[in-house]
Amino acid sequence: MEKIIKGKAFVLGDNIDTDQIIPAEHLVYSLSDPEESRKYGQYALSGTPLPEAGLPDGGVPFIKEGQNQTEYKIIIGGSNFGCGSSREHAPFALQKAGAEAVVAESYARIFYRNSVDGGFIIPLESMQKLNDKISTGDELEINLSTNNLTNKTTGKTYGLNALGDVLPIINAGGLFEYARTSGMLK
Amino acid sequence: MAMTITEKILARSAGKKVVRPGENLWLNVDTLMTHDVCGPPTIQIWKKEFGEKAKIWDKNKVVIFPDHYIFTADVHANRNVSILREFAKEYDLPNYFDVGTDRYKGVCHVALAEEGFNLPGTVLFGTDSHTCTSGAFGMFSTGVGNTDAAFILGTGKIWEKVPESMKFVFNGQMPEYLTAKDLILHILGDITTDGATYRAMEFDGSTIFSLSVDERMTLTNMAIEAGGMNGIIAADKVIIDYVKCRTKENFQLYYSDPDAKYHSIREYDTEKLVPVVAKPHSPDNRDAVRNVQGTKLTKCYIGSCTGGKLTDFEAAAKILIGQQVKVPTFIVPATTLVAKELEEVTYQGISIKEILEKAGCEIAQPSCAACLGGPADTVGRSVDYDVVISTTNRNFPGRMGSKKAGVYLASPLTVAASAVKGVITDPREFLR
Repeated sequence: MEKIIKGKAFVLGDNIDTDQIIPAEHLVYSLSDPEESRKYGQYALSGTPLPEAGLPDGGVPFIKEGQNQTEYKIIIGGSNFGCGSSREHAPFALQKAGAEAVVAESYARIFYRNSVDGGFIIPLESMQKLNDKISTGDELEINLSTNNLTNKTTGKTYGLNALGDVLPIINAGGLFEYARTSGMLK
Repeated sequence: MAMTITEKILARSAGKKVVRPGENLWLNVDTLMTHDVCGPPTIQIWKKEFGEKAKIWDKNKVVIFPDHYIFTADVHANRNVSILREFAKEYDLPNYFDVGTDRYKGVCHVALAEEGFNLPGTVLFGTDSHTCTSGAFGMFSTGVGNTDAAFILGTGKIWEKVPESMKFVFNGQMPEYLTAKDLILHILGDITTDGATYRAMEFDGSTIFSLSVDERMTLTNMAIEAGGMNGIIAADKVIIDYVKCRTKENFQLYYSDPDAKYHSIREYDTEKLVPVVAKPHSPDNRDAVRNVQGTKLTKCYIGSCTGGKLTDFEAAAKILIGQQVKVPTFIVPATTLVAKELEEVTYQGISIKEILEKAGCEIAQPSCAACLGGPADTVGRSVDYDVVISTTNRNFPGRMGSKKAGVYLASPLTVAASAVKGVITDPREFLR
């Protein structure tokens, strides 16, 4: 696992549910076909009402019209990020769009598991509410060795909770890789 | 050591005598359920990870219900059903319920119960967040993603963290104007959409055990709306009789110890509760129906795993008999069995189906339909600035289709009363 993640922030509110991350109508596309699966990048976070996307001002699309890659590598959420359905398409879509980490105060269980077990993105927990302290477009740096997030734009540093029990799975790159390295699977 | 019902079932599944909340376990899974949205990617991950020699751990324990995007011209959606069909054929799966055949059932969580796959004391994982519905049968059931499901498909095992348990006790007689939907919306308003994250929600009390199987499933179904890992109700005679009619499989009954430790216990006097809605755009945005009475509607919807069971339509029929709906009202039976029962079961000598049809409702074929929006040609899907009242389980922005629409969640009684008036209406106006 990379110890440092650098990139621009995309800031969202509380309770970002999986329909906002990837609307249900798009779940029909193949996740394994390299060409078709780009659609998941294209539609990532397209369900978020535009005034609530890219806080504090809002009105910022995560993906620009006609593109499938985002300029924002780090998503900052509030509480209960990823609530709603069990669709693994949600963390997959964020990964396909080019995001590497989400930092939120708390996560819904299935989204958290899917992010970790599928090896899609790293779900980090902030020690305090950050979606009112960071602005969309701020340059961030996450240090996974020291569990800190630094906002290069404002110069402020914030603590993150250690990944704990799921760290070995994240380090391995997902559940299958973890099971193979630990000898559970041949 | 005293344990809750959830802890006892997980201990049995992990081959341990005692487990404690927070402990990570490798569980032996009894049943794996999937459907047309998450089944195809699960199969693809399983094939990729296990390679040419991929084996299903136990094909009798794999249950597949196409149910989400069924009656649509969407080519990609239909391709997903084809992938399931070919997989079932290739591996000769006994528990595949194909579209377009007399084996087709419809919504997975309701069909699991009807087909006898819900067995007290067992552990069921499914690629759907509402898999927690099966907890109404005194079993552990929860939702996972495709990777976890692919791992189970190949190994029969999965890791899980033992949840703390929260207890919700409802005592007293259920008033005629309330349904289980009102009870769970009350809880959601109290604890919010992350009030039970990573926890078990255990339901208890005299009201709960007076409920029908259908109504109990409405409660456990929406445990996930509070973030719950599982919802659970200990099995009683009602459940045991229901299960024994449907399967010859053995099962084991578990009950929470009287001195088991809970994260919290909440008690409700059922007779004092009033009909409620969850206002847009969150299932915890609870308000009394009377406070939003008069809100103009453009659509009414009765359907889904939580709100499309026989008792939901029986409740609606009590109000819709001899009435006319003022706004388009969609009836989506969860399963083919529910659809058949609508023709057979009567209220005041008239079949439920006839009551609903005569009231001007549109009756659709069994599937998940517009509960989760779905492809553009899905029946009942919200468009533009629709204002919908629905018996479904989620009203996040865009959930039923349009991001601009507003969805109110309510009991089938409240939805029926509102359909007749064309505005949100308290069912007590019709029930005395």
